[in-house]
Amino acid sequence: MSEFEPKIVAFVCNWCTYAGADLTGTSRIKYASNVKIVRFPCTGRIDFMLLLKAFAEGADGIIVSGCHPNDCHYTSGNFHARRRWVIFRGLLNFMGIDVNRIQFSWVSAAEGAKWADVVNSTVTAVRELGPYTQYRKAADYLAQQDQSIIDGQEAMIIK
Amino acid sequence: MEELRKKAAELLQSGEVQMVIGYEEGTRHPRPCFISSADDAAKLIYDDRCTGNLAVYLTHKELIGGQKIAITASYFALRSILRLLTEHQIQLDKLVVLTVSAEKEVIQFATTDDITAYLQTAPVPAREDDKALIEKLNAMSPAERWEFWSAELSKCFKCYACRAACPMCYCTKCIVEENRPQWIQPWASTLANIEWHINRAMHMTGRCADCGACGAACPLGLPIHLLSHQIVQEVTDNFALDVNQAVSGDNALSTFKPEDKENFIR
Amino acid sequence: MEKRFITQASINRWLTKIVNDGKHLYAPVKKGDRVDFGRATSADDIVFDHIQTTQSAKSVAFPRTDVLFSYEKEKGKVQLENADLTAYPETVVFGLHPCDAAGFNPLGAIFNWDYKDEIYNARLQRTVVVTLACTKADEYCFCTSVNGGPGNTAGSDIQLTPVKDGFLAEILTEKGEALMKADEAAFEADRGDVKEEFLVKLPEKFDVKAVQEKLQTAFESPIWKAQSQRCIGCGACAYVCPTCACFDIQEDAHGTKGKRLRCWDSCGFALFTLHTSGHNPRQTQAQRWRQRLLHKFSYMPDRLSVRGCTGCGRCSRACPVDMNLSEHLSSI
Ligand code: SF4
Ligand code: SF4
Ligand code: SF4
Ligand code: SF4
Repeated sequence: MSEFEPKIVAFVCNWCTYAGADLTGTSRIKYASNVKIVRFPCTGRIDFMLLLKAFAEGADGIIVSGCHPNDCHYTSGNFHARRRWVIFRGLLNFMGIDVNRIQFSWVSAAEGAKWADVVNSTVTAVRELGPYTQYRKAADYLAQQDQSIIDGQEAMIIK
Repeated sequence: MEELRKKAAELLQSGEVQMVIGYEEGTRHPRPCFISSADDAAKLIYDDRCTGNLAVYLTHKELIGGQKIAITASYFALRSILRLLTEHQIQLDKLVVLTVSAEKEVIQFATTDDITAYLQTAPVPAREDDKALIEKLNAMSPAERWEFWSAELSKCFKCYACRAACPMCYCTKCIVEENRPQWIQPWASTLANIEWHINRAMHMTGRCADCGACGAACPLGLPIHLLSHQIVQEVTDNFALDVNQAVSGDNALSTFKPEDKENFIR
Repeated sequence: MEKRFITQASINRWLTKIVNDGKHLYAPVKKGDRVDFGRATSADDIVFDHIQTTQSAKSVAFPRTDVLFSYEKEKGKVQLENADLTAYPETVVFGLHPCDAAGFNPLGAIFNWDYKDEIYNARLQRTVVVTLACTKADEYCFCTSVNGGPGNTAGSDIQLTPVKDGFLAEILTEKGEALMKADEAAFEADRGDVKEEFLVKLPEKFDVKAVQEKLQTAFESPIWKAQSQRCIGCGACAYVCPTCACFDIQEDAHGTKGKRLRCWDSCGFALFTLHTSGHNPRQTQAQRWRQRLLHKFSYMPDRLSVRGCTGCGRCSRACPVDMNLSEHLSSI
């Protein structure tokens, strides 16, 4: 059996991490190809729903990355984002959504090597965790309906 | 109770307020009532069973109009009132805030500081069942918690009673009704419900009074108020914000401190 | 109609046979401190002594989320595929009360009014309804005020009435007969039990004809505003109701393919009947509350000759602010 290759989606800011990832490439540093990068103007713009959508659409792991504190192009977008992540991560953990599948990082435009490292270590970690099927299963209302035309209760009754 | 009825009748008679929002006896539990004439003040009751958060009505424009209102606020409703004031949804000069203390004394608050002082000294109404369930959940592994929440939330049929019962859910257009783009799946199914509840809880950050009205309103008895409770916990633990204070502009997510701490960002 | 007698043990055997035959069995099951419909895999899961489930049984024919069709766009061509009407499971809904079974009549009247809703009809066709007559009621029940009753057989294929040491079984339709035959030996000969002796006595709470009469001229009445003051505008009352049929159409789109869904809607919501222009003919909660009552007790009887309420009392139990329907109706 071939080894599981996780799908990773990276939400990054335009000014630091995206530039940093670019530098990784131009410096010809090799890193895992599992990651699909989605570029945002700022980490402050990365709505938590985007992360949930990524999981629902098939991501096994997620990277969220932007400028280091005090380096935000818009002065404070990353500070706001940090607060949001603190709360979001706490809530996900309370709900049993696997927070180990989400890696948050600060990667500046000069940190090409750090980007490669963040991606590689995330891919390794998520590969160990395996595919995130539990979350995707919850998305399938058709499967739920075939089992249960009344409501979701059969999940409790049929074990 | 007599004291409260007398107070309400006085306020209405003198014309200081045009309506009193309080509780009356209902089919099984006390329910909200709205009194516009001193003669009806005898309907009013207030006791430990009055747990619904009446502050939810303060933003109902059809009900309130431009009237000056008196409200018999429970402990948690007082918190909600502070928050609604902070968010400029209500005005203190249009409001007479009353409560009945544990000693059965009717208190009328003059300032937000008075409310804060009361909240800091009065006993927080205990919710033992919730405490036990939270402890149980925290002792579980993440996988077990997922089992629990995905099973519970799979049942939600999106009646939005939880939203309707919450004083802080006063938006005229809710995020779940936003469909360009369609952020949250609007139908009822496990994931669609999880998305809804994560959003509801996130939007409560720094705003939730921890009153439990959302969970109490759920016709299916889903313990969704524990999600907003968790948010209160996170806000208190991480940003040292106090739910009993009304500090103008101190919103958990629209402000920050450069020295905010976390332990998970590389 | 045929009468039989069946013991609790035989019911369990019969139901087990039904489940083993591959039918889906939906019945009241325990959930925390509540009882609600759920899929039961064994007769032991089923609760027999509840007063009322939180939700109605309407989901067997009108689920909260249902696929109408799916589509896929490829090179400018659109492929449409209707919901597969033959894929719905053979279902037995067991242990619902007469007020729930009676709800299929108004529900069906709406789904077959001008357009015959194939999906609703196909689902119901594959469903056998086994009701449990009521020996208990609570302060919210008012079936007898809306021409129903604790032993009303409308909408039932089989009705069981708890009698001494077992149940009186009334086999009411061919569907019911066929279901009985799944294990006919479980059913003994009728013992001559008199059904009415075992039913709960539920006095009428209001005169529904008089209410209907008053509603004819009540459109502009100030009562709607007064009654609806405490209503917070949720969907609880409509979602638990066995006759509420309002739905919304949603789209589950993923790039070039997707599904069109039918989901429950409620007249309590502020967005209900909101037009794209921004205009809403039912702009205030008072108007929406009026819609709820008039629709059920005036428009439906006038147009469909069937009332939109069976007196199950669920809306009043579910309402977070105790909008008690029979109390409100009595006070009109
Ligand atoms: S989210 Fe729930 S607990 Fe928090 S204020 Fe709203 S109703 Fe109360
Ligand atoms: S009140 Fe309960 S069923 Fe209704 S939307 Fe909220 S959690 Fe879901
Ligand atoms: S309106 Fe209320 S009492 Fe009447 S059928 Fe619906 S839920 Fe039951
Ligand atoms: S009557 Fe009750 S359940 Fe119905 S919309 Fe109003 S508050 Fe919600």
